[in-house]
Amino acid sequence: MSVTTLPPLALARRQPSLLVRLFDTKPFLIVMCLAPAIGLLAVFLTYPLGLGIWLAFTDTTIGRRGVFVGFENFQYLLTDPLWWNAVFYSVIYTAIATFGKFALGFWLALLLNNHFPFKSLLRAIILLPWIVPTVLSALAFWWIYDPQFSIISYLLVDVLHWRSSNVDFLGSPWPARFSLIAANIWRGIPFVAISLLAGLQTISPSLYEAAMLDGASAWQRFRYITFPMMMPILAIVMTFSIIFTFTDFQLVYAITRGGPVNSTHLLATLAFQRGIAGGELGEGAAIAVSMIPFLVFATLFSYFGLARRKWQQGESND
Amino acid sequence: MTDTVAQPSVADAKAAPDTMAWDSGLRRLMMIYLPLGCFVLILLFPFYWMAITSFKPNAELLNYKEHNPFWITSPTLAHIKHLLFDTAYPRWLWTTMLVAIGSTTLSLIASTLAAYAIERLRFRGSPYVGLGIYLAYLVPPSILFIPLATVVVQFGLFDSPMALILVYPTFLVPFCTWLLIGYFKSIPYELEECALVDGATRLQILRRITLPLAVPGLISAGIFSFTLSWNEFIYALAFIQSGANKTVPVAILTELVTGDVYQWGALMAGSLLGSLPVAVFYSLFVDYYVSSLTGAVKE
Repeated sequence: MSVTTLPPLALARRQPSLLVRLFDTKPFLIVMCLAPAIGLLAVFLTYPLGLGIWLAFTDTTIGRRGVFVGFENFQYLLTDPLWWNAVFYSVIYTAIATFGKFALGFWLALLLNNHFPFKSLLRAIILLPWIVPTVLSALAFWWIYDPQFSIISYLLVDVLHWRSSNVDFLGSPWPARFSLIAANIWRGIPFVAISLLAGLQTISPSLYEAAMLDGASAWQRFRYITFPMMMPILAIVMTFSIIFTFTDFQLVYAITRGGPVNSTHLLATLAFQRGIAGGELGEGAAIAVSMIPFLVFATLFSYFGLARRKWQQGESND
Repeated sequence: MTDTVAQPSVADAKAAPDTMAWDSGLRRLMMIYLPLGCFVLILLFPFYWMAITSFKPNAELLNYKEHNPFWITSPTLAHIKHLLFDTAYPRWLWTTMLVAIGSTTLSLIASTLAAYAIERLRFRGSPYVGLGIYLAYLVPPSILFIPLATVVVQFGLFDSPMALILVYPTFLVPFCTWLLIGYFKSIPYELEECALVDGATRLQILRRITLPLAVPGLISAGIFSFTLSWNEFIYALAFIQSGANKTVPVAILTELVTGDVYQWGALMAGSLLGSLPVAVFYSLFVDYYVSSLTGAVKE
């Protein structure tokens, strides 16, 4: 540092030098950089996660501190037909919706992988259902499923004359369940399609050329090249999809609120109804905690998907 | 890519007359454009229906016998006027905007610093910190909202938009951090080494070299966070009680749905207006959305 040539500047420089030097020591800088993120996550994610598990073992209600009651909440849930109903519907909802999203999303991705005009515009349009707030598109579905003025009923009854009466979409249990699943699939297709499209674009065309020279049919090319190459990304996207479908809340809360006669409750909406609306925080937390085993299962699935990807591409485990 | 390019081998011999018979243009139409058209139609129909309902007068809305429901004969702005002047809708929009901008800013700052520390300051255990933050993304809001509600009450933030600004980073920070780690990886480390040799401090390097190069990544993370916070529902539903402080998605569902007769015109107008900001935002930054969506999945 040239103190002799530029005294005023050097002085100005030296003034904060201690602070600057402190910020330049690596351990201090690491701590400072990680503090905001780790702090936020610790206070609003890790702590509530632990607190939630603790609450599940207490009989806390809104306005009253609970006492430890052991497994009482869970024992009660096991005898509660509504909880079993919610588990049943959550599993069906996740299974059918995930299957639908991936079948249709994969198909859409394969279609988008072709060359045609206005491709990027089309890709942009297709993502719209995923960008728009779920509750607001759910409201549109609520209106589409209206018992009296449903546009689908209008099409089937007055235009196509396939039915003589309006479809009762949300009035009885099974139609309501499938209507919600259809809305969930509608919302999930864009995410799956665009993610898988990104995966498809990384597959080298030379693989297909080689296969075609060997006389592989279109189905064989899909079965033995596209599908195995897509496995890793499919596993990851599917894990995300399963986790967020299983814990879905918005669609059901906006369209049916668990009705008719509690037939469309997912675990999340049941937890909300008991915990926040009903004030039984302990019981609501127990319902929420009962989702964790399923989520752990999905995360392990993701881990093995990732491990396989590295092995496939010959990367080291960094 | 057409099948005719391939050598006519044993497997293709059978398919060859088939492809000849099909006019290749017609085949393309049936195999690609027709299904694509159906997809686009189904994916966009709810929005069309939402838009057309919000401009229909009530008489047309509830009478399919005399009016074709797919079109409007006498469009009206009555529903939108009702929404803007007879309800607290502008206030809800403002709250939502405030919460989205606040939480996005907070998460961007926190995750940029965290990503820089994990990717560039490399310390013992930095991969584990990264993995921990990634795992935080897998914790869904549905299992957190009950205990978080008690935490929010403890902090005296219940019924305040501040609660949402502080809570939304729990799902924004993991996402942004992973996106930015990926982005920082793509910036050559040699640039930073040069600066270090020239005597720059770490913070100067971050501010003058790494951040300007990571601007596209920052934009991706920013618009994504904005969209996610705009769309968030369950926390806003659980933590906000008074009508004035609600965000748009919650307010439409709890304040506009009243009684047994639903005001579909106003509801759809509310949904349309609530979707517009993100849709406009989206149309301006489509490529960033696609890259962040696919980038985050690939990481």
